Amino acid sequence: MWQLFVRWFHKWSSPKWFYEMSKPWSFWLGWAALLITTTAIIWGLGFAPVERLQGNSYRIIFIHVPSAFLSEAIYVTIAIAGAIGLIWRIKLAYYVAKICVPLGMSMAFLALATGAIWGKPTWGHWWVWDMRITSMLILLLLYIGLWALHNAMERPESGDRAAAILALVGVVNIPVIKFSVNLVTTLHQPATLKFTEKAPMHISMLIPLLLSILGFYLAFLALMLVRSRIEILRRERKAKWVQQEIEQLGNR
Amino acid sequence: MIKLVQHTLQRELTLAYRRRADLLNPLFFFVLVVSLFPMGITTDLDKLTEMSGGVLWVCALLASLLSLDLMFRNDFEDGSLEQMLLSSAPPQVIVLCKIFCHWLVTGVPLTLLSPLLSIMLALPGHALPVLMASLLLGTFSLSLIGSIGAALTVGLRKGGLLLTILIMPVLVPVLIFGTSTVQAIVLGLAWPGYLAFLGAFTAGAFALAPWLTVAALKVSVCD
Repeated sequence: MWQLFVRWFHKWSSPKWFYEMSKPWSFWLGWAALLITTTAIIWGLGFAPVERLQGNSYRIIFIHVPSAFLSEAIYVTIAIAGAIGLIWRIKLAYYVAKICVPLGMSMAFLALATGAIWGKPTWGHWWVWDMRITSMLILLLLYIGLWALHNAMERPESGDRAAAILALVGVVNIPVIKFSVNLVTTLHQPATLKFTEKAPMHISMLIPLLLSILGFYLAFLALMLVRSRIEILRRERKAKWVQQEIEQLGNR
Repeated sequence: MIKLVQHTLQRELTLAYRRRADLLNPLFFFVLVVSLFPMGITTDLDKLTEMSGGVLWVCALLASLLSLDLMFRNDFEDGSLEQMLLSSAPPQVIVLCKIFCHWLVTGVPLTLLSPLLSIMLALPGHALPVLMASLLLGTFSLSLIGSIGAALTVGLRKGGLLLTILIMPVLVPVLIFGTSTVQAIVLGLAWPGYLAFLGAFTAGAFALAPWLTVAALKVSVCD
């Protein structure tokens, strides 16, 4: 049983197997993400009740919170994929790490931008040098560094390995972001959603927020699969099965 | 092992001595940029006192970033870096010696220069020893962490700017703890905690950076 599982698991490191298996996954995950995110955003922006103190401006959390969650999760994904690539020399892990960089960068930017838009009416300033905001800015800079390193290297294989090392160095920032609001008293509020406690939030706001987080995560998974498939076609273009696949795609 | 360390240190210091003009540039840069701040922002001494720790730290960070590109470049271009990686000696030790020499020829002179500049920025005299201690510790961790970036970009023709972009986010904690140490003593608050954090960060970098640098050098040499 265990042997079968290991064999099945190892198959995922083959680009060809991954390419074939990920097709239905990316399709269904993509549609589920679209459905759930649209529902959550419409619910959150249009139908969730107005907040007592902040009025309507609080509604930006339905975008801010999921994008901030994702920007950290994607960085951890990149670091883990990079470590897998460095240790077990699995090409596919490098591909995944590479295509995740722009996704994470856009999420970090979205989190900072929505935070700024919310901060203006609530705190009176677009930008505050608070510890969590600063560490999120550093996260964005780390993404930019990874992206620049991939572009600078002439051989993509070297770019992969160099970026994996850099991603591992940058991982020290993740706990800083995670715990910045709980350790130090800063302007940004402490975590509201916790696994261990009931959220201090009314159910009518909590459900669309959780739905939105779920939708963003599903969208990330779907986009990751789609982008990995494209990356496989680009990087393995000398393989015979890829050339056949591209020919088929061209004929369609 | 001791012989290896001895020889590497001797070689590095000799090489550094022979291109001493290159080593002066970061120091001149440090002096120039520090003197730009009073001209650009304010000449009010009270305000300068408040800013001095931060200004000195930011300029020291930029100056040592400037010199990082030279850490491996010459050895990479004449091929001796490949020989070091291929030799039977542990490359981590060689890299650590190179980092130590880089610190000796940039971080230590920057620290020695800082009293002069701190007078120009009206830093209170009692804060000076703490400033120098924080710079001495901090520039060592700048050299340690910066060596990873230098190793990643050594194979690129225009690596200097990219190196700055890559390594700056990781250096931010050093800057924050360094500046906080100086500001705490200027404001009369407890400063040893910040200095201890800086020391802890440097110790962590000391343990991890040589390994990551060697891994990065292997990538660059293969490219």
